[in-house]
Amino acid sequence: MAKWKWQNTEEKVMQVLMLLSFGLIVMSLLLILFTILSKGLPALSWEMISQTPKGGFYFGKEGGILNAIVGSLYLALGGTFIAFLFGFPLALLLNIYSSKTAWADLVRLSLDILWGVPSIVYGAFGFTVMIFLGWKASLLGGILTLALLELPIMTRAMDEVIRRVPPELPRAAYALGSTNSETAFFVITRQVLPGLATAVLLAFGRGIGDAASVLFTAGYTDRIPDSLFSPVASLPLAVFFQLGTPFPEVQQRAYAAALILTLTVLGISIFSRGISYFLGRHSIR
Amino acid sequence: MSRLIPHLETQNLSAYYGATKAIEDVSIIIPRNQITVIIGPSGCGKTTLLKCLNRFIELEEHARVEGKVLLNGEDIYSPLIDVTEVRKKSGLLAQRPYPLPMSIFDNVAYGMRIHGLCSRRELAQKVQYYLQVAGLWEEVKDRLHAPASQLSIGQQQRLCLARGLAVEPEIILGDEPTSALDPISAQHIEQRLIELKQQYTVVLVSHILRQARRLADYVVFMYMGKVVEAGPAQQVLNHPQHERTRAYLSGEF
Repeated sequence: MAKWKWQNTEEKVMQVLMLLSFGLIVMSLLLILFTILSKGLPALSWEMISQTPKGGFYFGKEGGILNAIVGSLYLALGGTFIAFLFGFPLALLLNIYSSKTAWADLVRLSLDILWGVPSIVYGAFGFTVMIFLGWKASLLGGILTLALLELPIMTRAMDEVIRRVPPELPRAAYALGSTNSETAFFVITRQVLPGLATAVLLAFGRGIGDAASVLFTAGYTDRIPDSLFSPVASLPLAVFFQLGTPFPEVQQRAYAAALILTLTVLGISIFSRGISYFLGRHSIR
Repeated sequence: MSRLIPHLETQNLSAYYGATKAIEDVSIIIPRNQITVIIGPSGCGKTTLLKCLNRFIELEEHARVEGKVLLNGEDIYSPLIDVTEVRKKSGLLAQRPYPLPMSIFDNVAYGMRIHGLCSRRELAQKVQYYLQVAGLWEEVKDRLHAPASQLSIGQQQRLCLARGLAVEPEIILGDEPTSALDPISAQHIEQRLIELKQQYTVVLVSHILRQARRLADYVVFMYMGKVVEAGPAQQVLNHPQHERTRAYLSGEF
């Protein structure tokens, strides 16, 4: 038998630990999926996703949660769009113009702190500002609050992706007489497109799944909003309200709503993977 | 021997990285329409000198330059000069080719587009022309819209040459442009450079003496950040005046 070596034992222990953590993660994912599938699937029907709630929906009567599906998409798409408008230029700015300055470090630190702020705080903050402005709970309020919530996530994710661009690439562009902004928008952006897509998706996933930030700011309604100033329903709150009723059949619908939310995120995730792959075909590795 | 007309000229040029002096008091000329090869042992400041010629030195952290670099008699470090104009006037070939993250066609078209050098109609024609000059056209004409990253490294270096030529520079700078290439690809690049000196001034950094002998019309020998000897290749390589040059040429260090 080979001589016993401490390194080999260490190696084995590490392997076992890694397998354990892998198992734990996969198990939790499977358990969550199993729970929402087993409880939600029986309640899932075409009616659920094609109708808004009818009278008495929350007592187990007819209707669906189309209001929440559409509302969540409005909120998350709007929030992600606004976060992108600010986050993307900021991430470029951090890397092209001031990558190693104290200012950039300060911005990164601030974003990291903001990332860690619980979403209920964003909700309360948004609510306070809205009261100050005299707004009622509305789609716009929800979108802006979600944009705040998503901004640090998206910006830091993009920042990390852009930071990993090899320095030779911008140099190649500078050598051709590119300005900083030409280098940023035409060269670096093209190189990191797949990473940008991932960053946007990460922020979108956080936004669409968040209940606390939209609780006060977007409100809840049974109708699909017809303007930016009407209140709007969302899937996480649909889950929350339905789970809170004492009726088992309504609680089941909550699981169906959770299933719809999960499938939406999954669908968008798969879609953006495909897009990433397509966008990344020119990237230099 | 033809008279040497300076295209580039450095006057008392020194460059520092922080407190470290990389090159000191360099005053040389780069003659027009010739191949100038900068030789010397590694760490002697060859690449730093090259970087000073297109203001790439400014991209390094804590770098500082003193003295002048005259391009057609005009100091490129003058505050009145636009740095992108300086860089546009010189095409750069790096040690390792780095294509832009776009198609083969767009790599060549990129520079013409950002500088507005030609109309949309002429673009395809010009791209073809520069790919032909770089000796790459025949190999890529059927896949112009494929990602440039799919090319072999030798082809990528020729693509970088085409891309650099497309912005209509006056000077081609090469920082050991064949060092990452296989011998056949290296030969391709050398051949192109010899053809190109009809229209361009070429400056190469090389640590391969045989390459210097093959290509150089004019040689600058550097040692420890200083220029020891500079002059026509014949003279410097065959009849060096300085002890150090002789020692380097005979392979002593």
